[in-house]
Amino acid sequence: MTGALFYCLFSLGKKLIPIDLVDFLSKNDELRKKTKDRFLLQAKNSRRGDRNVKTGTDHVKRGMAEMQKGGVIMDVVNAEQARIAEEAGAVAVMALERVPSDIRAAGGVARMADPRIVEQVMNAVSIPVMAKARIGHIVEARVLEAMGVDYIDESEVLTPADEEFHLNKRDYTVPFVCGCRDLGEAARRIGEGASMLRTKGEPGTGNIVEAVRHIRKVNAQVRKLVHMSEDEVMTEAKLLGAPYELLLEIKRLGRLPVVNFAAGGVATPADAALMMELGADGVFVGSGIFKSENPAKFARAIVEATTHYQDYKLIAELSKELGTPMKGIEISALAPEARMQERGW
Amino acid sequence: MVKVGVLALQGAVREHIQAIEACGAEAVIIKKNEQLEEIDGLVIPGGESTAIRRLIDKYNFMEGLKSFAQNGKPMFGTCAGLILLAKNLVGDDEPHIGVMDVTVERNSFGRQRESFEANLDIAGIADDFNAVFIRAPHIVQAGENVEVLAKHNERIVMAREGNLLGCSFHPELTDDYRITAYFINMIKESIV
Repeated sequence: MTGALFYCLFSLGKKLIPIDLVDFLSKNDELRKKTKDRFLLQAKNSRRGDRNVKTGTDHVKRGMAEMQKGGVIMDVVNAEQARIAEEAGAVAVMALERVPSDIRAAGGVARMADPRIVEQVMNAVSIPVMAKARIGHIVEARVLEAMGVDYIDESEVLTPADEEFHLNKRDYTVPFVCGCRDLGEAARRIGEGASMLRTKGEPGTGNIVEAVRHIRKVNAQVRKLVHMSEDEVMTEAKLLGAPYELLLEIKRLGRLPVVNFAAGGVATPADAALMMELGADGVFVGSGIFKSENPAKFARAIVEATTHYQDYKLIAELSKELGTPMKGIEISALAPEARMQERGW
Repeated sequence: MVKVGVLALQGAVREHIQAIEACGAEAVIIKKNEQLEEIDGLVIPGGESTAIRRLIDKYNFMEGLKSFAQNGKPMFGTCAGLILLAKNLVGDDEPHIGVMDVTVERNSFGRQRESFEANLDIAGIADDFNAVFIRAPHIVQAGENVEVLAKHNERIVMAREGNLLGCSFHPELTDDYRITAYFINMIKESIV
């Protein structure tokens, strides 16, 4: 009975597709995948009408972050905030359902934002739009990529989906930014394909102390590596848990091969300038702006303080009568499990 | 030695500085309007054009930049820099610096996902230039005195009008300094 059914289906199949092709494809999975990939690639190229076009390369992904240097990336939760950020001179916005301080207050599991919010933000502004996916959440990342988000933040601000593995970010056309607290963590993320880094700080606290700790640590470790004898690099790689070849590259360049912003606790223009002073390439401001009394004014002040971080008279002017910044949290008052920076490795 | 400034309000400043120095010219980071007087030519780097524009206004750079171009001093805009130089922008009533006779459309190749690199044939510069396009604009229309230097898929991606040079990609992101060298040559010719 079953045999007869199979025979019927097989005969039907023969009528639709030449038997040799059916045979060939079903026998050779590997080849089938390659053929499919080649077809997809050809379709892509013919759409562009150009065979020499390459998307998703390191140049393109890391280059995008290079264009953000010296700028401020602001967390926004709706189209109106996104427009305020763009108007204030933000170089990009991070579309979220809630800013970190509200995520902290709400508790529970924090996930990727509602795609509708992301879409509304994308439609509202012409600057790049970033969005957060949970650490290791392959599907959230793929969904954001499919929506055409410009950059994905694999972020410890959200509840991790995988406590062991981060995303294989080389697999995506869209570039990723990831958090780090030291050179080892930075190098592991670059190793996985992150095209941009940001030091973690402690998000949603309005307290700069952890951000300072992390940017100082990363930069001190880079300096140490640069001045190290090459004989010592393998042991350093072992100690840091960092890919050896990447450490050699950092040593040769004298800096990280990707842009490194500062994040997690920036609450005033002076905080933003401090991050630049300590060697950050730019600044992420999360809760600081839209939790302040006058977000538009505050956002403009942060942007200008970041550009002219060594012009102290200007920063004094900018900081006048900004209203009350977000209240902030003393780090030692946070329970260990409330420390977002401990998420990821 | 010619002095080449890089407008350093936001964006890929370091890369342009490196490229200029590699070509044997002196590079100057320009953060204040009065510094424009010290230099022979100016690069406006890639970055976010809206962010750079806001800072240009804030620090009263606009008049200085316009007269820099009007005095015949060479300017080179890459990506956001090209947008800032253009006389017309698709979808915008007002240009930014508005000195180069081209109409530019922003983000015209799509979002970051569609950003790409491709080999370009650039008239008089290279026939194999690896050009990196990031959320790039392109020149929709070029005025009669504009010389088109490169096209990609029938779209104008590099052009020159007198002492103004603009491209929609990022030569500063690769180690190929031929375009920077070409611009420095433009500056030398403008001084003689």
